[in-house]
Amino acid sequence: MTNATLTHLQRLESEAIHIMREVVAEAENPVMLYSVGKDSAVMLHLARKAFYPSPPPFPLLHVDTTWKFQEMYKLRDQMAADSGMELLVYQNPEAAERGINPFDHGALHTDMWKTEGLKQALDKYGFDAAFGGARRDEEKSRAKERIFSFRTASHGWDPKNQRPELWNLYNARKNKGESIRVFPISNWTELDIWQYIHLNDVPIVPLYLADERPTVERDGMLLMVDDDRFPLLPGEEPVMRSIRFRTLGCYPLTGAVESTAKTLPEVIQETLLTTTSERQGRAIDKDAGGAGMEVKKQQGYF
Amino acid sequence: MSHSTTDPIYVTESLIAEDIDAYLDQHQHKTMLRFITCGSVDDGKSTLIGRLLYDSKMIFEDQLAALESDSKKVGTQGQDIDFALLVDGLAAEREQGITIDVAYRFFNTEKRKFIVADCPGHEQYTRNMVTGASTADLAVILIDARKGVLVQTRRHSYLCHLIGIKNIVLAVNKMDLVGYDQSVFDAIVKDYTEFARSIGIDSFTAMPISGFKGDNITTKSDNTAWYTGPTLVEHLETVEVLSSEDAEKPFRMPVQWVNRPNLDFRGFSGLIATGSVKPGDAIRVLPSGKTSTVTRVVTLGQDLEEAVAGQSVTVCFADEVDCSRGDVIALADNPPQAADQFEATIVWLNDEAMIPGRAYWLKLATQTVSATVQAPKYVVNVNTMEQLAAKTLELNAIGVAELATDKPVVFEPYAQSRTLGGFVLVDKITNATVAAGMLNFSLRRAQNVHWQALDISREAHAASKNQKPAVLWFTGLSGSGKSTIANLVEKKLHALGKHTFLLDGDNVRHGLNKDLGFTETDRIENIRRVGEVARLMTDAGLIVLTAFISPFRAEREMVRNLLVEGEFHEVFIDTPLEEAERRDVKGLYKKARAGQLKNFTGIDSPYEAPQSPEIRVDTTRETPEAAAERIVNLLLG
Repeated sequence: MTNATLTHLQRLESEAIHIMREVVAEAENPVMLYSVGKDSAVMLHLARKAFYPSPPPFPLLHVDTTWKFQEMYKLRDQMAADSGMELLVYQNPEAAERGINPFDHGALHTDMWKTEGLKQALDKYGFDAAFGGARRDEEKSRAKERIFSFRTASHGWDPKNQRPELWNLYNARKNKGESIRVFPISNWTELDIWQYIHLNDVPIVPLYLADERPTVERDGMLLMVDDDRFPLLPGEEPVMRSIRFRTLGCYPLTGAVESTAKTLPEVIQETLLTTTSERQGRAIDKDAGGAGMEVKKQQGYF
Repeated sequence: MSHSTTDPIYVTESLIAEDIDAYLDQHQHKTMLRFITCGSVDDGKSTLIGRLLYDSKMIFEDQLAALESDSKKVGTQGQDIDFALLVDGLAAEREQGITIDVAYRFFNTEKRKFIVADCPGHEQYTRNMVTGASTADLAVILIDARKGVLVQTRRHSYLCHLIGIKNIVLAVNKMDLVGYDQSVFDAIVKDYTEFARSIGIDSFTAMPISGFKGDNITTKSDNTAWYTGPTLVEHLETVEVLSSEDAEKPFRMPVQWVNRPNLDFRGFSGLIATGSVKPGDAIRVLPSGKTSTVTRVVTLGQDLEEAVAGQSVTVCFADEVDCSRGDVIALADNPPQAADQFEATIVWLNDEAMIPGRAYWLKLATQTVSATVQAPKYVVNVNTMEQLAAKTLELNAIGVAELATDKPVVFEPYAQSRTLGGFVLVDKITNATVAAGMLNFSLRRAQNVHWQALDISREAHAASKNQKPAVLWFTGLSGSGKSTIANLVEKKLHALGKHTFLLDGDNVRHGLNKDLGFTETDRIENIRRVGEVARLMTDAGLIVLTAFISPFRAEREMVRNLLVEGEFHEVFIDTPLEEAERRDVKGLYKKARAGQLKNFTGIDSPYEAPQSPEIRVDTTRETPEAAAERIVNLLLG
């Protein structure tokens, strides 16, 4: 092993583990945001590796919208049990009371359940540092975000006032009311995530692999009819198609792609040969012109 | 995608299609190179990065469609694609057409994964460039072939060299605009060589390119037949990365976290900075110097036979050795040193200038200590490399200064170890990262001062006076009533048989501190000296009362930290400015308002009120007599 240069995945893994340990050493009450997607899966694996043989010394927080795929809830509970970590599930009570849902409320659904829900959960438990699985290759404004990203007491992000981050030294000192979002896999790309999952047998939601599933086509998106809350429009009839998902969120908002890739290498193959970017399946980035995500983040979206 | 599939780095596409497992195997074994691109917008930096992403298929069709429409709307390349639009991220940047922060980009070739730090070029963004350079293995310095070596070329080269980047690529860009003329290229290289030598850059690789047209980026260009060197991508794929060099150095691992799941396991977690480690290695824990032997190198799955620089691991020892966060585990017979006084090169990153003598947090590897920086010996003009005299470091200034820490720091000169030689300074009040620094060497002074062994201890001094030593630190605006109340308190304590001493402006400014004025720096030094004197007096067992405006929170905290815990009592004489000014006992406010007194607290110099003083006196509600009585009662409890 001496004289051998580390591979890119080894360097990325070491960097992420180093970051997680720094947070645990310096933050008072850290938490890992867990969305059950493939990036979360890698994050959880890295956390287990960072602290082995101890279980990761922080809980998992799932900011739930009640509209995730059933298979996501299943894997979530199983992974929490396997890792020996506490799982906190938070659902915005106001959104629940008002019956906010993706079919009737569009953008308000994401805002209430996710953005507001996250703020409420962080406030409720008093977490001062939250790990997130965002990557810099996902979106233009994320390319400039620090690994330790500070939020004001009202959870806002000020892109012009970010702390310089030199070498691998992270300044985790906070002012009163501030919290930190920490992104240990900032420097990973989508391909790195897939390859890491493949090499380490990281458990992922089966929806990432192609299978026959009930679908309807609506506004150019292929949606999966995951439960009986899905309101079918006149003339709509679920059709079985071989599909898989490139990203996972609320099932009524997440577009599937037609695919026959039933193994990870096949998925990676399709991903590499594809010609549309990953987040395209999500409606969220396209609001407010080119600066959609930047505006959302200033408002506190993760 | 319009690029040719015969380009060497794109054969991967057919490999992906035909044999995904072979491709994954290849990708799995790729190494990683981090590099920085330096140049201003005009040098075509964003265009070059956009080109690298585009050519390595990191741009998808939907992004390309957006790019094409944006190019026509706001682009600067007519009907052609403006690659720069791909990488200028934040809204403010798109509007102003400049890059104002460090952005990180990613692309792959057959051999490597690349992370590009895209940094702004203007002088006011020196801090951003230093940030981007700090993690880079290599720097690409762009020159516009039409303009040659400019002031900014020198600045960028100096900063990259300063931060220790050994691989420098001089990319002479826009060769298409000078007709691919070899003599233009040669003249620029000659110019640059001369300059590079003068600042200590021994070697660099020069290449003629066009980011816009794609010459010598991924394939050798027919337009520059006279050029025999590698293309940019070939070069990036083959230069040695920093971490492989680090693996050859002696073993050092700063401890981040102690892993103790149960009584049977005790491991020390960290990222190996340099060298390698395996079971059986003799190690030494610093600064304690205790030795042991490595028994296991633990990671999830299975123990490692050996781990090298750049890996995050957990190691176990044969013995129960004291070891915690901040310690450094090192090769037993070749450990680093610890010291508390250094010469350092410092890059100031904050809008608020450095205050010599003020205490900042210094973070180096996993160690955090309190540090004070002296006025710089000199600052460097980054455009001319001249060394200039300076009293402080302003935003973006680079200077050499001495610094002292309150505890020994395990370190190595930055030239030997980025991890054990690079540090940041953090403001204790705002928590901002205000500076980055590189330790040059330790000043061996600390080792020459031996504490006089005292036969009569401070406890003995205090016991003979039958009291607990304390400092009552009165702070507040001029005319707030500090001296009046402090005097009353001292009288009461004296009447109770306590041994006291009152330090105030009158008995200090006329003697001990008569060399000091009222600038911010002098005020800090004034307080530091008073704090040290108070500390000596508490060692002698006295109850010390001080009455100074002491306007800055940081200095009051500094004094608190000088003293034995629990002996510092901050007494905030809280009189509103209007009230103090109305009283104006000494007529000073009048003079200050008339501009006859400079740096007067409350008028043209700030007062930072205590946030949680031990005692607070509101003089608009409490008489001096009552306040004094209350303070005595609180102190003697």
